[in-house]
Amino acid sequence: MNYKLDHQMFWIANGIFVGLLAASLTGLALARIVKSEGGQATVANLNARIRAWWVMIGIFALSFMIGTGGSMLLFAFISLLALREYVSLIGTVRADHRTLFWAFFVFTPAQYFFWYEGWYGVAIILIPVYAFLFIPTRLVLAHDTTGFLDRAARLHWGLMVCVYCISYAPALLTLNIPNYQKQNAKLLLFLVMIAQLSDVFQYIWGKLLGKHKIAPAISPNKTWEGFVGGVASACALGTGLWWMTPFSPLQALGMSFAITLMGFAGGLTMSAIKRDRGVKDFGATIEGHGGILDRMDSICFSAPLFFHLTRWIFVSPHPTWFH
Amino acid sequence: MRWIGSKPERRQRVYFANHTSHLDFVVLWSVLPPDLRRRTRPVAAKDYWQSGLRRRIAVNVFHAVLVERGARHPADAASAASQLESARFALDVLLDALDKRYSLILFPEGTRGSGEGISAFKSGIYHLWCKRPDVEFVPVHLSNLNRILPKGEFLPVPVISHVVFGPPLQLDETESKESFLKKAHEALDALGHA
Repeated sequence: MNYKLDHQMFWIANGIFVGLLAASLTGLALARIVKSEGGQATVANLNARIRAWWVMIGIFALSFMIGTGGSMLLFAFISLLALREYVSLIGTVRADHRTLFWAFFVFTPAQYFFWYEGWYGVAIILIPVYAFLFIPTRLVLAHDTTGFLDRAARLHWGLMVCVYCISYAPALLTLNIPNYQKQNAKLLLFLVMIAQLSDVFQYIWGKLLGKHKIAPAISPNKTWEGFVGGVASACALGTGLWWMTPFSPLQALGMSFAITLMGFAGGLTMSAIKRDRGVKDFGATIEGHGGILDRMDSICFSAPLFFHLTRWIFVSPHPTWFH
Repeated sequence: MRWIGSKPERRQRVYFANHTSHLDFVVLWSVLPPDLRRRTRPVAAKDYWQSGLRRRIAVNVFHAVLVERGARHPADAASAASQLESARFALDVLLDALDKRYSLILFPEGTRGSGEGISAFKSGIYHLWCKRPDVEFVPVHLSNLNRILPKGEFLPVPVISHVVFGPPLQLDETESKESFLKKAHEALDALGHA
């Protein structure tokens, strides 16, 4: 196992617990104060989201305690659910059936297996290279050329986002960082906390001050006020949490900034897909939040960059230009 | 799963649905509340479901009513006559199940389609209504099940699917065969867009 639960973890867990408790109490108070009809709907949705957070954090904590394998399994399962939402939404045809089977039941488990075994070289190319070659080949064998390139590209895109990119999050557990051995769980927690809290802060700032829309054609709820406030708050928090990472405070700030920017890009991109397909959410798996993909969109985009930044700077022998 | 315009009630019904996958009757049957499930039997084609393991699954697990389906293109007058005979017999089997107070799950298209649109209904459902007009005919639209397990495949893929129950058909006593089948078809089609 690549990590153990240390005293820092204990404090982090307490912090999350207190934070959630505060959120729940605020939600309760708001439900009593707010009277207008539109406001009540917002508060009801807010409270549903907070309730779902309790459940999500509970599941997350449980898988953490099982160790690297538990986290890999959890994220593999999340990938499967995300891919399921994606495939259900984008639409596939009869001839895609067997290729889909490969995507769900061969590529997804294999991706997580290779990370778990620590085969870095295979894990980073399995889907970008080999699934990329396999998907069109398998589709050709189904003898249906209608929309061929379109179908192949959609399937590969789904595997990239839902499986490959998400798998970078638990892959953090496999990094061997000097002076940070057996503590990688905190790194994963750092990524998930900053990405998710950035979304939460953007939501709160947007609700409080939001006026100027960033991209009204794509995501009507995203405003400049929410974006700036959310990113600043999440970065401030990330800097304040430098002690749980191998980073200095300044490095933690840079990492938080990278995570929040990529997370924002992920949210916008996924919104564009939903817009194109004419839906608001990817699914209804998580109460108040929508589907798994609606919650994972920021992680999809930020996990790969966070992983590689950490690995380049803190793990691999530094390239000569670095010194 | 959604119920629009009807509720899961303990009255006798014929649920009729579009047919695209082997999963259809399994899913429709399993989304019913347990007490209704025990009183509801799917109707399945004898020629397909009568052998070995299939029969054991259909009859023992789902308590299916097996009926003959006619050949699609009767070659001569004699086989057309025997087909009429077997259709009468099939109807009797269904009526018998209804008389034992069971509800039925029926796929009036007669066979699994591609999933893109609902083909024309066979007339059996009309004859069933002629004989038992007080039974409720409830349309049930199944979507995406053909994407989980299409015709001719044996490995399923986990796609999100939907079951929508519609309001029971509103019918006059004077309904002709054509107008009955048209109403039933339209009700099911409309649910697909609901």
